[in-house]
Amino acid sequence: MLVMQPIISVSNLSKTYASGFSALKNINLDIRRGEIFALLGPNGAGKTTLISVICGIVNPSQGTVLADGHDIVRDYRAARSLIGLVPQELTTDAFETVWATVSFSRGLFGKPANPAHIEKILKDLSLWDKKDNKIITLSGGMKRRVMIAKALSHEPQILFLDEPTAGVDVELRRDMWEVVRLLRETGVTIILTTHYIEEAEQMADRVGVISHGEIILVEDKAELMRKLGRKQLTLQLQHPLEHVPPALSSHGLELSDDGNELVYTYDTQGERTGITALLKDLNDAGIRFRDLQTKQSSLEEIFVNLVSERR
Amino acid sequence: MNFYAIRAIYLFEMARTWRTLLQSIVSPVISTSLYFVVFGAAIGSRISEINGISYGAFIVPGLVMLSLLTQSISNASFGIYFPKFVGTIYELLSAPVSYLEIVIAYVGAAASKSIILGLIILATAALFVPLQVQHPVWMLLFLVLTAVTFSLFGFIIGIWARSFEQLQLVPLLIVTPLTFLGGSFYSIDMLPPFWRTVSLFNPVVYLVSGFRWSFFGISDVNVGISLGMTLVFLAACLAAVWWIFRTGWRIKV
Repeated sequence: MLVMQPIISVSNLSKTYASGFSALKNINLDIRRGEIFALLGPNGAGKTTLISVICGIVNPSQGTVLADGHDIVRDYRAARSLIGLVPQELTTDAFETVWATVSFSRGLFGKPANPAHIEKILKDLSLWDKKDNKIITLSGGMKRRVMIAKALSHEPQILFLDEPTAGVDVELRRDMWEVVRLLRETGVTIILTTHYIEEAEQMADRVGVISHGEIILVEDKAELMRKLGRKQLTLQLQHPLEHVPPALSSHGLELSDDGNELVYTYDTQGERTGITALLKDLNDAGIRFRDLQTKQSSLEEIFVNLVSERR
Repeated sequence: MNFYAIRAIYLFEMARTWRTLLQSIVSPVISTSLYFVVFGAAIGSRISEINGISYGAFIVPGLVMLSLLTQSISNASFGIYFPKFVGTIYELLSAPVSYLEIVIAYVGAAASKSIILGLIILATAALFVPLQVQHPVWMLLFLVLTAVTFSLFGFIIGIWARSFEQLQLVPLLIVTPLTFLGGSFYSIDMLPPFWRTVSLFNPVVYLVSGFRWSFFGISDVNVGISLGMTLVFLAACLAAVWWIFRTGWRIKV
């Protein structure tokens, strides 16, 4: 049954800063062992605060967090040994070499030196040829890689990536997701926050949405897409229309600006999609089309809807 | 105990010393040599012996103390302030290290550095004036205790400071005057009675006096009192550090 026990268990967690700002409000969240969990939310929603509390950087005001059964406050040594953190800001030493700073991190987390492991990480992150360079000489993308290498140096079981791809080029993003996939295969649990929702869509097993310090939804990604997903049917017309014919008004169609496309939005979960009726009405109205396509709404659209509904 | 972490931080801090060798070692040695030239050779030749010791030799313990105090404070305060300033402290806070381990590593490194520096200055001084150390064990004891105490004090300043200006403020406005008025360059017996009494409120007097006693066997205050006062400062700094970490003051929100 050990496998079923969540690797991170957040219970009734609240954080109120000295200024009185309530950054987290009664958060309850379980992260499953071995999953990739994407935490989505607008700026200032509390993503970073939540991660900071779990990692020990910010004191919780209330509530508890267990990391693999270890309380992060009372049993901080065991809890923190399991966790690697890649923070959002590019904060690195300047005058150390890449090799020295990554080796330092491993020692800091209580692990004996293991040059073979550090070498593997640096190679996986395409940092090997920079190992003797001072960090200050590296580009922003390279520094980001160094921070990931530092977080992985002590072989964590849980990895937090706070906005890992903010301001990162395509190549690094691809490398990084490759590393994340490899890590997941070795059983590492990954929690990431991102603004690039398509990434969460591609990578995550589950998605949590946080807004104004509250978790407003946690769902399997596929389930979420299915549940909240709306589909759009786009019809490309043979002859442009000036306006939607009155006979079709009941379908709530939208006409594109150039009059060449009709867009029909429907709910995949609805009793009827209404497509059959629409096609029949179109036929009756004598509107012919060249092509049609359907598109599922993306996680981003779902997310924007969710957050705006809450306001 | 997370010994790997203590070792990692200690070596990291010491590496910073070797990397900035000019600033960390060479510049204090040069400035101390200048003191010898100015006070020892130029002015000292006009000052009579103090308790049978030439003025040049008399000021050596004081000069070593001066460097020890300022370097301990600046090493330790910078060592912990800089990660706060650039943000790399996140790693320290998220690591499985106890506060005690953090203090041992940072203060240990800062103290090691200033002890090495103190010994180098002593060796430099031996080039200028004939030196004798009557009580070498006591000399090392005062050296180590002072380095540790003021590294702790520097560590506290580093945590307290919110800007580089504040980081310089305490050493500049408090420590340097206290050191200069603490009998580094004179015996407080040479002062008028009123100022002599005032001087007894200056903690540096006890450090310099005890340290000088270990060299020449002469002191302004009894060596036992010197040692006692040093231990009191040490305990006060330990208590302050303990309180800081217990409350997370200026480190954690």
